[in-house]
Amino acid sequence: MTKPEGELTWRDLEIGSIVTEAGNASQYQTGDWRSERPIFDNNKCIKCGLCYIFCPEGCIGQNAEGYFDADLFYCKGCGICARECWPKAISMVPEEE
Amino acid sequence: MAKRVGIEVSLAIAEAAKLARADVVAAYPITPQTHIVEHLAKLVADGEMDTQYIPVESEHSAMSACLGASAAGARTFTATAGQGLELMHEVMYVASSMQLPVVMTVVNRALSAPLSVWGDHSDVMAVRDTGWIQIFAENGQETVDNVLCAFRIGEDRRVLLPVMIHLDGFYLSHVIEPVLFPEQSQVDKFIPPYQHPMPLHPDRPVTMGAFGPPIIYAETKKAQEVNLEASKEVILQCWDEFGKTFKRYYSPVESYHSEKAKVLLLTMGSFGETAMTAIDKMRGEGREVGLIRLRLWRPFPFKEIRQAVKNAEALIVLDRALSFGGPGGPVCSEIKAALYGEDKKPKVIGFVGGLGGRDITPAGFEEIINRGIEISQKGSENEFEIFGVRE
Amino acid sequence: MENYSVYVPRLVTKRENFAPGHRACIGCGEALAVRLACKALGQKTIIVTATGCIEIISSQLPYTSWRVPWIHTLFENTAAVASGIESGLKILMKKGRIAQQEITVVAMAGDGGTSDIGIQALSGALERGHNFLYLCFDNEAYMNTGIQRSSATPFGASTTTSPAGKVSIGQVTWKKNMPAIAAAHNIPYVATACPSYPIDLMAKVEKGAATPGPAYVHILSVCPTGWRCATDLTIRIGRLAVETGIFPLYEVENGKYRLNFDFPKLRPVTDYMKLQGRFRHLSEDVINKIQQRVSAEYAELKEKASEGKG
Repeated sequence: MTKPEGELTWRDLEIGSIVTEAGNASQYQTGDWRSERPIFDNNKCIKCGLCYIFCPEGCIGQNAEGYFDADLFYCKGCGICARECWPKAISMVPEEE
Repeated sequence: MAKRVGIEVSLAIAEAAKLARADVVAAYPITPQTHIVEHLAKLVADGEMDTQYIPVESEHSAMSACLGASAAGARTFTATAGQGLELMHEVMYVASSMQLPVVMTVVNRALSAPLSVWGDHSDVMAVRDTGWIQIFAENGQETVDNVLCAFRIGEDRRVLLPVMIHLDGFYLSHVIEPVLFPEQSQVDKFIPPYQHPMPLHPDRPVTMGAFGPPIIYAETKKAQEVNLEASKEVILQCWDEFGKTFKRYYSPVESYHSEKAKVLLLTMGSFGETAMTAIDKMRGEGREVGLIRLRLWRPFPFKEIRQAVKNAEALIVLDRALSFGGPGGPVCSEIKAALYGEDKKPKVIGFVGGLGGRDITPAGFEEIINRGIEISQKGSENEFEIFGVRE
Repeated sequence: MENYSVYVPRLVTKRENFAPGHRACIGCGEALAVRLACKALGQKTIIVTATGCIEIISSQLPYTSWRVPWIHTLFENTAAVASGIESGLKILMKKGRIAQQEITVVAMAGDGGTSDIGIQALSGALERGHNFLYLCFDNEAYMNTGIQRSSATPFGASTTTSPAGKVSIGQVTWKKNMPAIAAAHNIPYVATACPSYPIDLMAKVEKGAATPGPAYVHILSVCPTGWRCATDLTIRIGRLAVETGIFPLYEVENGKYRLNFDFPKLRPVTDYMKLQGRFRHLSEDVINKIQQRVSAEYAELKEKASEGKG
């Protein structure tokens, strides 16, 4: 795990401030930006994967049965998946406290 | 055995880059640097130098291509002057902060306007704070030696910083001098192959040049400052090793008859050799004068400067650049800053001269020293004086 | 029904070389385009990115979204840095200091970094013939700094430095034709793409990467923040840009033009423009003027494609 930025001293930095842990941004939560989240209806899903390919976050994955779901740790709730799902298997619902 | 060759200094620099086996050269022509890059191109064209030569479309791209090549793990060399150095300006900060050890010779040139292709140090002073190691050479041999040293210093794992070797435009770059070139085998031994510890390569994906929010930026700068300061030790070791191997010795501050001199003159660059002639003459007349030549400009050699001037009564500093609206020449400002806290220190008197290729003869140096002594005794209304300017 | 390439997960690699946790705005078309491009490029890749949205959202110290080697230095020098990397790899392989292998060097920049401040370095690198792929992610303004106009901003768009006002329609200049400028360098491969057509985009990126010598792919990247549209319309608006003829998808291979998607009848430009706040102020007259220009340019492109020439 990368040390949080507020705890890094100058001595902790790699030469030239290189980041050596590839893709460590995946530790960073963007899901809390969301005001709506996608709900996937597997009865309507035809497993085409358009939601997966069109997700700007790359946070939609396919499970063992071939259905899709969004990783809410990252999902910012843009609604592209719901808009592009032509069998209308995805709907956006408001995030509530 | 080393060979002594009569050669134009610019060509000698290219030969030094060849001896150092530079992997990539990216360069854009500008007077008075052109002979360096022409000769490099010729060496590559003749198959004498195994190098990727990138004939870029600007100095900005020259330095940028050097960044890329260095980040990929290649030994990288370029050369520029005056306006070219200014166009590189922002890229130079990146080279140092990303620790990419590019080596560059800067053939010092005045800045426009009016356009001037002739030498002074305006270009250097504008890149003073870019975080590069900066070394001044006074003659052809010093230039060649320090280009070789630059690769070894910059690429040292403890350093990994870009290095500039400064030489005066025309007065040094275009003169033919006898230069001793070491054997290739000696150079190969002296400069081990460059190995960036984490180069750009798919085997180990790293991120270089991530951006720094306020919570971390200061830490990156502290690390950079500590690193540049610490490079001095490596520079001294390199010069020491160079002396042992090649019997030519360099130090951050070089003194000439300064030990018991009451009055010292301080110069940077090729003026040092002319000033020596003046010093010799004046000493012959019984005057207690000496010369200090500042070789290492960054990291600034505080300790050595204080040591070198502590017994003098007056220190006359000759700058070849103007800090407009400021306290005079940039070198003089720094010397004053370095000495301010000392109990025992000489009076520091600033001159600016040699602007835009204006020559200063030995007689001129005598005049500067005499006027400096006068100011040190009687004082002056001016912060500094421009030498030789027509009123 | 649109002719989708269905069952896409079977067609593309699951590996994400552009990791989630990036900080792009909600519904960012550019982040999607980068994600897709990275899928197409694979891991034997070194990426150079210009200052701009992509850089800022993917690399905040001490984090990185990149799972391939990546470097950012400045704004206008991306193609020059790529030149250096390509030359460095070439000589290191020749000298046996690193193993001989195919490594794709990719430069990425926005429209400002490409068609404005970076055009000199790009032109130089294309002319010198370096073996690299340049991807321009065109969101039609300086979005990272707050929606200022660039030379790629379309006629009539309101931005913060070409605002619509009582006496101004917004941007009063026509979009600079950057793919044509790239093609004028006689490089072997130039293409346009849009993430609304993901399989096409990935194919073009792959083709560009495999091209010996310079390749240029210009990718329209819908920006909900700057275009003032709903975040879920990113894909739809990109598709409409293509279907209206505003942003045709084509390739120029060794000087030969090929239109990848042709439509017997183009949709009216208003279908595209009415979904975006940046065009909301435009009068019918101005829209007609835009329509005429789009139709004429599309006809010109079709002509080039039918003649198979440059």
